[in-house]
Amino acid sequence: MTFSDDELDRYARHIVLPQFGGAGQQRLKSSSVLLVGAGGIGAGALPSLAGAGVGRIHIVDDDQVDVSNLARQPLYRSEDVGRSKAELAARFAAERNPHIEIVAVDQRVDEDNAENLLSGHDLVIDGSDNFRTRLIVSDMAVKLGLPLVSGAAAQFQGQAALLTGQPCYRCFVGEAFDSDDCDNCAELGVLGALTGTMGHFAAMLAIRHLAGIGPSDAGTLHLFDGVRARWKAITLVADPACRACGTPG
Amino acid sequence: MTQDPGKGVMINGEHRRVAEGTSIAQMIADIGLDPAKVAVERNLEIVPRSTFGEVMVEDGDEFEIVHFVGGG
Repeated sequence: MTFSDDELDRYARHIVLPQFGGAGQQRLKSSSVLLVGAGGIGAGALPSLAGAGVGRIHIVDDDQVDVSNLARQPLYRSEDVGRSKAELAARFAAERNPHIEIVAVDQRVDEDNAENLLSGHDLVIDGSDNFRTRLIVSDMAVKLGLPLVSGAAAQFQGQAALLTGQPCYRCFVGEAFDSDDCDNCAELGVLGALTGTMGHFAAMLAIRHLAGIGPSDAGTLHLFDGVRARWKAITLVADPACRACGTPG
Repeated sequence: MTQDPGKGVMINGEHRRVAEGTSIAQMIADIGLDPAKVAVERNLEIVPRSTFGEVMVEDGDEFEIVHFVGGG
Protein backbone atom coordinates (compact mmCIF):
# COMPACT_ATOMS: atom_id res chain seq x y z
CA MET A 1 0.00 0.00 0.00
CA THR A 2 1.52 3.31 -1.04
CA PHE A 3 0.79 6.86 0.03
CA SER A 4 0.16 9.85 -2.19
CA ASP A 5 2.12 13.07 -1.63
CA ASP A 6 -0.92 14.56 0.08
CA GLU A 7 -1.16 11.61 2.44
CA LEU A 8 2.53 11.81 3.29
CA ASP A 9 2.12 15.51 4.12
CA ARG A 10 -1.15 14.96 5.96
CA TYR A 11 0.17 12.20 8.20
CA ALA A 12 3.69 13.64 8.59
CA ARG A 13 3.38 14.16 12.38
CA HIS A 14 2.34 10.54 12.80
CA ILE A 15 4.86 9.01 10.42
CA VAL A 16 7.72 10.78 12.20
CA LEU A 17 6.80 9.10 15.49
CA PRO A 18 9.28 6.27 16.10
CA GLN A 19 6.63 3.95 17.56
CA PHE A 20 4.29 4.64 14.66
CA GLY A 21 6.17 5.39 11.45
CA GLY A 22 5.21 4.45 7.93
CA ALA A 23 4.40 0.92 9.07
CA GLY A 24 1.88 2.14 11.64
CA GLN A 25 0.35 4.50 9.10
CA GLN A 26 -0.04 1.63 6.64
CA ARG A 27 -1.69 -0.51 9.28
CA LEU A 28 -4.21 2.28 9.92
CA LYS A 29 -4.86 2.76 6.21
CA SER A 30 -5.60 -0.92 5.76
CA SER A 31 -7.92 -0.99 8.81
CA SER A 32 -11.67 -0.90 8.93
CA VAL A 33 -13.44 0.40 12.03
CA LEU A 34 -17.10 0.27 12.95
CA LEU A 35 -18.16 3.20 15.12
CA VAL A 36 -21.38 2.45 16.97
CA GLY A 37 -23.03 5.66 18.04
CA ALA A 38 -22.45 9.16 16.70
CA GLY A 39 -23.27 10.87 20.00
CA GLY A 40 -20.88 12.30 22.56
CA ILE A 41 -18.40 9.42 22.48
CA GLY A 42 -18.60 9.03 18.72
CA ALA A 43 -18.15 12.77 18.21
CA GLY A 44 -15.00 12.58 20.32
CA ALA A 45 -13.60 9.53 18.56
CA LEU A 46 -14.44 10.25 14.92
CA PRO A 47 -12.20 13.27 14.27
CA SER A 48 -9.17 11.36 15.58
CA LEU A 49 -9.95 8.23 13.59
CA ALA A 50 -10.63 10.07 10.35
CA GLY A 51 -7.76 12.46 10.75
CA ALA A 52 -5.35 9.65 11.54
CA GLY A 53 -6.24 7.92 8.29
CA VAL A 54 -8.13 4.82 9.38
CA GLY A 55 -8.86 3.50 5.90
CA ARG A 56 -12.53 2.66 6.27
CA ILE A 57 -15.00 3.84 8.89
CA HIS A 58 -18.64 2.85 9.15
CA ILE A 59 -20.75 5.02 11.43
CA VAL A 60 -23.94 3.47 12.80
CA ASP A 61 -26.59 5.61 14.44
CA ASP A 62 -30.33 5.89 13.83
CA ASP A 63 -30.72 9.13 15.76
CA GLN A 64 -31.26 12.69 14.60
CA VAL A 65 -29.54 15.75 15.96
CA ASP A 66 -31.29 17.36 18.90
CA VAL A 67 -30.46 20.85 20.11
CA SER A 68 -29.40 19.35 23.47
CA ASN A 69 -26.68 17.36 21.66
CA LEU A 70 -24.84 20.45 20.51
CA ALA A 71 -23.10 21.09 23.82
CA ARG A 72 -21.08 17.89 23.51
CA GLN A 73 -21.25 16.73 19.89
CA PRO A 74 -19.13 19.14 17.84
CA LEU A 75 -19.76 17.24 14.60
CA TYR A 76 -23.10 19.04 14.37
CA ARG A 77 -24.17 22.62 13.85
CA SER A 78 -27.26 24.43 15.06
CA GLU A 79 -28.85 24.19 11.63
CA ASP A 80 -28.42 20.38 11.67
CA VAL A 81 -31.13 19.83 14.28
CA GLY A 82 -33.49 17.10 13.09
CA ARG A 83 -31.10 15.61 10.54
CA SER A 84 -29.51 12.15 10.51
CA LYS A 85 -26.47 11.93 12.76
CA ALA A 86 -24.86 9.09 10.81
CA GLU A 87 -25.01 11.05 7.56
CA LEU A 88 -23.79 14.29 9.10
CA ALA A 89 -20.98 12.51 10.91
CA ALA A 90 -19.94 10.78 7.68
CA ARG A 91 -19.90 14.11 5.86
CA PHE A 92 -17.84 15.69 8.66
CA ALA A 93 -15.23 12.93 8.36
CA ALA A 94 -15.19 12.94 4.55
CA GLU A 95 -14.64 16.70 4.48
CA ARG A 96 -11.61 16.28 6.71
CA ASN A 97 -9.95 13.38 4.95
CA PRO A 98 -10.59 12.56 1.29
CA HIS A 99 -8.33 9.49 1.44
CA ILE A 100 -10.61 7.35 3.58
CA GLU A 101 -13.86 5.53 2.91
CA ILE A 102 -16.75 6.61 5.12
CA VAL A 103 -20.11 4.87 5.22
CA ALA A 104 -23.14 6.18 7.12
CA VAL A 105 -25.50 3.50 8.43
CA ASP A 106 -28.77 5.02 9.61
CA GLN A 107 -29.77 2.05 11.77
CA ARG A 108 -29.95 1.00 15.38
CA VAL A 109 -27.87 -2.06 16.28
CA ASP A 110 -30.07 -4.96 17.37
CA GLU A 111 -29.84 -8.76 17.62
CA ASP A 112 -30.92 -9.18 14.01
CA ASN A 113 -28.53 -6.82 12.25
CA ALA A 114 -25.50 -6.97 14.55
CA GLU A 115 -23.68 -9.73 12.69
CA ASN A 116 -24.06 -7.95 9.36
CA LEU A 117 -22.99 -4.61 10.77
CA LEU A 118 -19.91 -5.91 12.60
CA SER A 119 -18.64 -8.41 10.04
CA GLY A 120 -15.69 -7.40 7.91
CA HIS A 121 -14.26 -4.81 10.29
CA ASP A 122 -10.98 -5.00 12.17
CA LEU A 123 -12.19 -3.26 15.31
CA VAL A 124 -15.42 -1.93 16.80
CA ILE A 125 -15.74 1.21 18.90
CA ASP A 126 -18.90 1.29 20.96
CA GLY A 127 -20.08 4.70 22.06
CA SER A 128 -23.78 3.85 22.23
CA ASP A 129 -26.00 5.26 24.94
CA ASN A 130 -27.45 2.17 26.60
CA PHE A 131 -26.37 -1.15 28.07
CA ARG A 132 -28.65 -3.26 25.93
CA THR A 133 -26.95 -2.12 22.73
CA ARG A 134 -23.54 -2.40 24.36
CA LEU A 135 -24.17 -6.02 25.28
CA ILE A 136 -25.44 -6.89 21.79
CA VAL A 137 -22.36 -5.28 20.24
CA SER A 138 -20.00 -6.98 22.70
CA ASP A 139 -21.56 -10.43 22.34
CA MET A 140 -21.26 -10.18 18.54
CA ALA A 141 -17.69 -8.89 18.72
CA VAL A 142 -16.79 -11.91 20.88
CA LYS A 143 -18.54 -14.24 18.45
CA LEU A 144 -16.73 -12.77 15.45
CA GLY A 145 -13.38 -12.46 17.25
CA LEU A 146 -13.25 -8.66 16.80
CA PRO A 147 -11.50 -6.35 19.24
CA LEU A 148 -13.92 -3.96 20.93
CA VAL A 149 -13.16 -0.56 22.37
CA SER A 150 -15.93 0.40 24.75
CA GLY A 151 -16.19 4.08 25.66
CA ALA A 152 -18.85 5.48 27.97
CA ALA A 153 -19.65 8.58 29.95
CA ALA A 154 -22.39 9.69 32.32
CA GLN A 155 -22.49 12.69 34.63
CA PHE A 156 -18.80 13.08 35.57
CA GLN A 157 -17.75 9.42 35.24
CA GLY A 158 -16.04 7.95 32.22
CA GLN A 159 -15.10 4.36 31.46
CA ALA A 160 -13.14 2.96 28.51
CA ALA A 161 -11.54 -0.37 27.73
CA LEU A 162 -10.09 -2.39 24.89
CA LEU A 163 -11.46 -5.91 25.02
CA THR A 164 -10.18 -8.74 22.86
CA GLY A 165 -12.31 -11.77 23.55
CA GLN A 166 -11.60 -12.59 27.18
CA PRO A 167 -12.41 -10.78 29.38
CA CYS A 168 -15.34 -9.30 27.47
CA TYR A 169 -17.73 -6.46 28.24
CA ARG A 170 -20.29 -8.94 29.57
CA CYS A 171 -17.74 -10.28 32.08
CA PHE A 172 -17.68 -6.73 33.46
CA VAL A 173 -21.39 -5.83 33.53
CA GLY A 174 -23.05 -9.25 33.68
CA GLU A 175 -26.67 -10.02 32.97
CA ALA A 176 -28.58 -7.23 34.65
CA PHE A 177 -28.84 -4.93 31.66
CA ASP A 178 -30.05 -7.04 28.76
CA SER A 179 -33.43 -5.41 29.16
CA ASP A 180 -33.64 -1.91 27.80
CA ASP A 181 -32.30 -0.47 31.04
CA CYS A 182 -31.10 2.80 29.70
CA ASP A 183 -28.36 4.73 31.40
CA ASN A 184 -28.75 7.74 29.22
CA CYS A 185 -27.56 11.26 29.22
CA ALA A 186 -31.04 12.74 29.20
CA GLU A 187 -31.86 11.27 32.58
CA LEU A 188 -28.51 11.57 34.27
CA GLY A 189 -26.85 14.51 32.61
CA VAL A 190 -23.29 14.50 31.33
CA LEU A 191 -20.52 17.04 30.96
CA GLY A 192 -19.65 17.66 27.32
CA ALA A 193 -15.95 17.85 28.00
CA LEU A 194 -16.20 14.38 29.57
CA THR A 195 -17.76 12.68 26.53
CA GLY A 196 -15.15 14.37 24.35
CA THR A 197 -12.37 13.16 26.64
CA MET A 198 -13.63 9.58 26.67
CA GLY A 199 -14.33 9.57 22.93
CA HIS A 200 -10.83 10.74 22.13
CA PHE A 201 -9.45 8.25 24.61
CA ALA A 202 -11.43 5.46 22.92
CA ALA A 203 -9.84 6.52 19.61
CA MET A 204 -6.44 6.43 21.33
CA LEU A 205 -7.03 2.85 22.47
CA ALA A 206 -8.21 1.89 18.98
CA ILE A 207 -5.27 3.54 17.19
CA ARG A 208 -2.76 2.03 19.63
CA HIS A 209 -4.19 -1.39 18.92
CA LEU A 210 -4.51 -1.02 15.14
CA ALA A 211 -1.11 0.59 14.61
CA GLY A 212 0.62 -1.73 17.07
CA ILE A 213 1.85 0.97 19.45
CA GLY A 214 3.15 -0.10 22.86
CA PRO A 215 2.22 -3.12 24.93
CA SER A 216 -1.29 -4.54 24.71
CA ASP A 217 -3.79 -2.83 26.94
CA ALA A 218 -6.54 -5.41 26.43
CA GLY A 219 -8.63 -6.09 29.50
CA THR A 220 -7.75 -2.86 31.32
CA LEU A 221 -10.67 -0.68 32.31
CA HIS A 222 -9.80 2.99 32.46
CA LEU A 223 -11.98 5.04 34.75
CA PHE A 224 -12.01 8.82 34.75
CA ASP A 225 -13.55 10.62 37.68
CA GLY A 226 -14.34 14.09 36.43
CA VAL A 227 -15.25 15.39 39.89
CA ARG A 228 -11.78 14.69 41.26
CA ALA A 229 -10.07 14.92 37.84
CA ARG A 230 -8.32 11.56 38.35
CA TRP A 231 -7.75 8.52 36.15
CA LYS A 232 -7.59 4.99 37.48
CA ALA A 233 -6.93 1.73 35.68
CA ILE A 234 -8.23 -1.62 36.85
CA THR A 235 -7.62 -5.04 35.40
CA LEU A 236 -10.75 -6.88 34.36
CA VAL A 237 -10.84 -10.66 34.62
CA ALA A 238 -12.70 -13.15 32.50
CA ASP A 239 -15.69 -14.57 34.29
CA PRO A 240 -15.62 -18.34 33.73
CA ALA A 241 -19.42 -18.31 33.86
CA CYS A 242 -19.78 -15.50 31.29
CA ARG A 243 -22.31 -16.58 28.72
CA ALA A 244 -20.56 -14.69 25.91
CA CYS A 245 -16.91 -15.62 26.35
CA GLY A 246 -16.91 -18.23 29.13
CA THR A 247 -16.19 -21.90 28.64
CA PRO A 248 -19.39 -23.74 27.74
CA GLY A 249 -20.57 -26.29 30.30
CA MET B 1 -18.80 -9.98 77.02
CA THR B 2 -17.47 -11.45 73.79
CA GLN B 3 -18.44 -9.99 70.48
CA ASP B 4 -17.71 -11.02 66.92
CA PRO B 5 -14.98 -8.57 66.00
CA GLY B 6 -15.81 -9.11 62.31
CA LYS B 7 -13.52 -8.16 59.49
CA GLY B 8 -12.01 -4.74 58.97
CA VAL B 9 -12.13 -3.73 55.33
CA MET B 10 -11.88 -0.65 53.14
CA ILE B 11 -14.69 0.08 50.70
CA ASN B 12 -14.06 2.92 48.26
CA GLY B 13 -11.53 4.39 50.64
CA GLU B 14 -13.67 4.16 53.80
CA HIS B 15 -13.11 1.84 56.74
CA ARG B 16 -15.95 -0.55 57.49
CA ARG B 17 -16.48 -3.67 59.55
CA VAL B 18 -18.38 -6.64 58.24
CA ALA B 19 -19.48 -9.76 60.12
CA GLU B 20 -17.50 -12.99 60.00
CA GLY B 21 -18.59 -15.21 57.11
CA THR B 22 -19.89 -12.40 54.87
CA SER B 23 -19.75 -12.99 51.13
CA ILE B 24 -19.04 -10.21 48.68
CA ALA B 25 -22.65 -10.35 47.47
CA GLN B 26 -23.86 -9.93 51.05
CA MET B 27 -21.45 -7.07 51.71
CA ILE B 28 -22.69 -5.22 48.61
CA ALA B 29 -26.31 -5.74 49.61
CA ASP B 30 -25.54 -4.62 53.19
CA ILE B 31 -24.39 -1.23 51.95
CA GLY B 32 -27.59 -0.85 49.96
CA LEU B 33 -26.42 -1.71 46.44
CA ASP B 34 -27.63 -4.33 43.96
CA PRO B 35 -24.82 -6.88 43.42
CA ALA B 36 -26.07 -7.37 39.84
CA LYS B 37 -25.39 -3.73 39.02
CA VAL B 38 -21.85 -3.16 40.24
CA ALA B 39 -18.37 -4.54 39.63
CA VAL B 40 -16.10 -5.23 42.57
CA GLU B 41 -12.37 -4.80 42.66
CA ARG B 42 -10.77 -6.59 45.60
CA ASN B 43 -7.13 -5.90 46.41
CA LEU B 44 -6.62 -4.43 42.92
CA GLU B 45 -8.21 -7.34 41.08
CA ILE B 46 -11.75 -7.61 39.75
CA VAL B 47 -13.79 -10.40 41.31
CA PRO B 48 -15.55 -12.54 38.66
CA ARG B 49 -19.18 -11.59 39.09
CA SER B 50 -20.44 -15.17 39.08
CA THR B 51 -18.45 -15.74 42.30
CA PHE B 52 -19.82 -12.84 44.39
CA GLY B 53 -21.92 -15.29 46.40
CA GLU B 54 -19.01 -17.62 47.16
CA VAL B 55 -16.05 -15.32 47.80
CA MET B 56 -15.80 -14.45 51.49
CA VAL B 57 -14.64 -11.10 52.75
CA GLU B 58 -11.23 -11.33 54.47
CA ASP B 59 -9.74 -9.09 57.13
CA GLY B 60 -7.81 -6.24 55.55
CA ASP B 61 -9.46 -6.53 52.12
CA GLU B 62 -9.60 -3.35 50.12
CA PHE B 63 -12.60 -3.00 47.85
CA GLU B 64 -13.51 -0.60 45.10
CA ILE B 65 -17.11 -0.86 44.07
CA VAL B 66 -17.53 0.37 40.49
CA HIS B 67 -20.85 1.46 39.04
CA PHE B 68 -21.26 0.83 35.34
CA VAL B 69 -21.36 3.80 33.03
CA GLY B 70 -23.27 3.19 29.81
CA GLY B 71 -23.92 6.63 28.38
CA GLY B 72 -22.65 7.83 25.06
